[in-house]
Amino acid sequence: MTDTTKVQQIIDRHDAREGALIEILLDIQHEFHWLPSEALELVSDRLNVPMGRIRHTATFYKAFSLVPKGRHEINVCMGTACHVRGAQRVLEVIQNTTGLMPGETDAEMKYSLDTVNCIGCCALGPVIEIDKEQHGKLVPGKTAALLKRYE
Amino acid sequence: MTDITLTIDGQTVTASEGATVLDAARAAGIAIPTVCHHEKLEPFGGCRLCVVEAEAGGRTSLAASCIFPVQQGLNVRTRTPQIEQVRKVLTEQLLAHAPESEVLLKLAEDYHANKDRFPREPSFCILCGLCVRYCAEVKQLNAVSFVDRGPTREISFDPEIANRECWECKECFPLCPTSALQAAYVLMKSLTAFSPSAHCAAATPAKQATA
Ligand code: SF4
Ligand code: FES
Repeated sequence: MTDTTKVQQIIDRHDAREGALIEILLDIQHEFHWLPSEALELVSDRLNVPMGRIRHTATFYKAFSLVPKGRHEINVCMGTACHVRGAQRVLEVIQNTTGLMPGETDAEMKYSLDTVNCIGCCALGPVIEIDKEQHGKLVPGKTAALLKRYE
Repeated sequence: MTDITLTIDGQTVTASEGATVLDAARAAGIAIPTVCHHEKLEPFGGCRLCVVEAEAGGRTSLAASCIFPVQQGLNVRTRTPQIEQVRKVLTEQLLAHAPESEVLLKLAEDYHANKDRFPREPSFCILCGLCVRYCAEVKQLNAVSFVDRGPTREISFDPEIANRECWECKECFPLCPTSALQAAYVLMKSLTAFSPSAHCAAATPAKQATA
């Protein structure tokens, strides 16, 4: 269940301005780790923005998710620098360990796996991000050990 | 409003400020092909078929005439070999998505486009946005909208609004230059026929239909 009060507060914080749609969606995403449809309906009502436009916005940006995310969000950087430094192999290790393909979340809601295009710290490549924390200079062995630290 | 004088294909044309080059050309009886343009809708600039050569202050650029505002002294050419070539390739690319579209086949004839030049990627919808914009701007119902982006962008009906409004309206059907819109609607209908409250069953066009 969505915490309606929380969503209301987020909308209030932006004075229910139509122009703040993206900021409001970002705040909801940060709060719940996804955009529950009840929350989107509330945003649509209060901002007076049609649901179609909200869905368009929510599906346009990679920062938003329309499905619940696991407890740990893994983002594997596939940017050019990480790619040439072996991001593909790191991704394969993560796929094998978690049993997930990019875009998926496991049934226990432990991990969500995604690929991103450049996190912005290419010197550390290959980089992955777990729960917004960066881990750089990864090699397949280190990656498996790193994942074990998360429960 | 001040009047603006410009030249289109060597002809002196007057237009009011804020008008587009396309408006000015059409008022002067000069034909420019369009796909995503519609008089009742806000300019969109999606298909680029209306491309013209616009020369101002010694600089020439290719511009989409449906969104390009008229300027004093602008010199516009609507038919040059380069423009014909751009329209030809655009038509060929769109035909890869909607090979049966009559609108596109007509353009192919006009611009000698080869409808089989690019490998087919039948998404049927060419993302002209006519249905989406008509529903939002004229009907103000927002029953159909775009979702996703880039190569996976597509139109999607909101089943709840569609079940309530579309059956009576369907005014967007004849606007669609391809058959995608109707197909998407029929699919959405069939998916929601037995569960009118189905909330998240966003109808998508060809992809599911051919799956
Ligand atoms: S369904 Fe038809 S009218 Fe709607 S965007 Fe696609 S091509 Fe255009
Ligand atoms: S008619 Fe101008 S871009 Fe489509």
